Amino acid sequence: MEYRGKVWVFGDDVDTDAIIPARYLNTSDPGELAAHCMEDADPAFMVKMQPGDMLAAGKNFGCGSSREHAPIAIKAAGISCVIAASFARIFYRNAINIGLPILESPEASKALQEGQEVQVDLKAGTITNLSTGEVFQATPFPDFMRQLMDAGGLIPYVQQKVAGQKG
Amino acid sequence: MGMTMAEKILARHAGREEVAPGDLVLARVDLVLGNDITAPVAIREFYRIGVEDVFDRERIALVPDHFVPNKDIQSAEQAKIMRDFARKFNILHYFEVGRMGVEHALLPEAGLTLPGELIIGADSHTCTYGALGAFATGVGSTDMAAAMATGEAWFKVPATIKFIYRGKLPPWVGGKDLILHTIGDIGVDGGLYKALEFTGEAIEELDMDGRFTMSNMAIEAGAKAGLIAPDATTRDYLKGRASRPYREAFSDEDACYEKVIEYDVSNLEPQVAFPHLPENARPVREAGDVILDQVIIGSCTNGRIEDMRAAARVLEGKKVHKGLRLIIIPATQAIYRQAIDEGLVHTFLDAGAAVSTPTCGPCLGGYMGILARGEKALATTNRNFVGRMGHPESEVYLSGPAVAAASAVTGRITHPEEVL
Repeated sequence: MEYRGKVWVFGDDVDTDAIIPARYLNTSDPGELAAHCMEDADPAFMVKMQPGDMLAAGKNFGCGSSREHAPIAIKAAGISCVIAASFARIFYRNAINIGLPILESPEASKALQEGQEVQVDLKAGTITNLSTGEVFQATPFPDFMRQLMDAGGLIPYVQQKVAGQKG
Repeated sequence: MGMTMAEKILARHAGREEVAPGDLVLARVDLVLGNDITAPVAIREFYRIGVEDVFDRERIALVPDHFVPNKDIQSAEQAKIMRDFARKFNILHYFEVGRMGVEHALLPEAGLTLPGELIIGADSHTCTYGALGAFATGVGSTDMAAAMATGEAWFKVPATIKFIYRGKLPPWVGGKDLILHTIGDIGVDGGLYKALEFTGEAIEELDMDGRFTMSNMAIEAGAKAGLIAPDATTRDYLKGRASRPYREAFSDEDACYEKVIEYDVSNLEPQVAFPHLPENARPVREAGDVILDQVIIGSCTNGRIEDMRAAARVLEGKKVHKGLRLIIIPATQAIYRQAIDEGLVHTFLDAGAAVSTPTCGPCLGGYMGILARGEKALATTNRNFVGRMGHPESEVYLSGPAVAAASAVTGRITHPEEVL
């Protein structure tokens, strides 16, 4: 799977309240959540971004709450993938479970600058900065995570398993 | 090679003799929980799986607590999704308004979280139950959905960091101060992907409520779990409360820890965390002049009876500062009633505080105490991120209940000794 888009850069410890403030959690509709994506980190983000764009951030992206609304909002906003130096544990798990592509690369996180064109090859785990030509290798996913992603997320994976038990 | 208590609990539930950090295991869970924000998403995903029933109607807990009693039509619709699901599948542990509480105070109180158990919850503060010696961790709604269908979840076995708190706790220093000091030391990602194990004589001395506060905030260091070995305090708490038999787990003498961190707490001062991260902890005496608009005492971190008592001890015979709102939220109906029976609520009302029915409410900026632009609040809650309690340009400071109560009296961040 390959993605290409412009990158928006955020700092360390971007928390789930910044990604989707709790005042909007009285709905679980992906479209309504997307309208407020990253609002408390950058109020103009949804006006500026284009579908297909990417997020790049520092360490501990998605820290705080377990709200799956955070990766749902990012995915529904049309962000193609998130690159960070590291991810908070629950966000990492949630992103894989719902099929939001994420890549962990401290090097890319440090090098990427806002507005640069980036190409991501999810299978190879490579991040190419098209503006500079630099190529970064992301931390590989454990095999099980790859199986989950190949299945399309946790629900299709469990569906397959449940169907297997019935048959 | 010995195992830590976290490793033992995961091994038992995965049906394995032993596990090591990094192992991926499929494990049976003892309890799955969700709330009025996370469960509606989980329920949507549950129906997609296509199973006819939940794995066990007695092992699922559904607690409307974040936006209830409902604050608006949309949140009422969310709560209804959960209520309808609970009725349809005859979920035993569904707690309606009037019988509910903040989930992480309520479920231990109801004896539903026990030593040695493996618990997942679609709420990041699920790690609270580590205080009882359970391996409890927060997950997302999709994980919750899968576990409601299968009774199982996948785990990567975390390495454990051991903390030893030596020395006797000084006056006014409790679980909140220990954990804020710890997060201040290791940082908000200092425990990322790890299990934390809290040990030492200061932990042995802590009552159950102080232990819950510590384990509750393990997630604020990025940790997967925050465990405390069961002892006489744990067993006393569980007497007449435990809903089912349980088997305690303890770390072996030769267990392998990734790191051991020791603190001498005998000179520790009450702590306050400055905006906008819990790691910005410092002694209250070094806070400077922070003028407050609001103080919140409550939440899954510090809304228990010992917190109410600590607040009442400071507020007894005093008045809330005229420029400030004090909002006190006992975390469960039982705590609320006990606070009334012990006269604590009278003390709060006499002081000029607002006392609310249990809810997470203001902690996450839901309702019941939202901040305007530029306002500052001191709260006994767990997070002080940008916009956490309201306007993105408001500020939240974190402390324990005694500091919060003292600050409500003076109108600025204050050491309890200053008002007593």
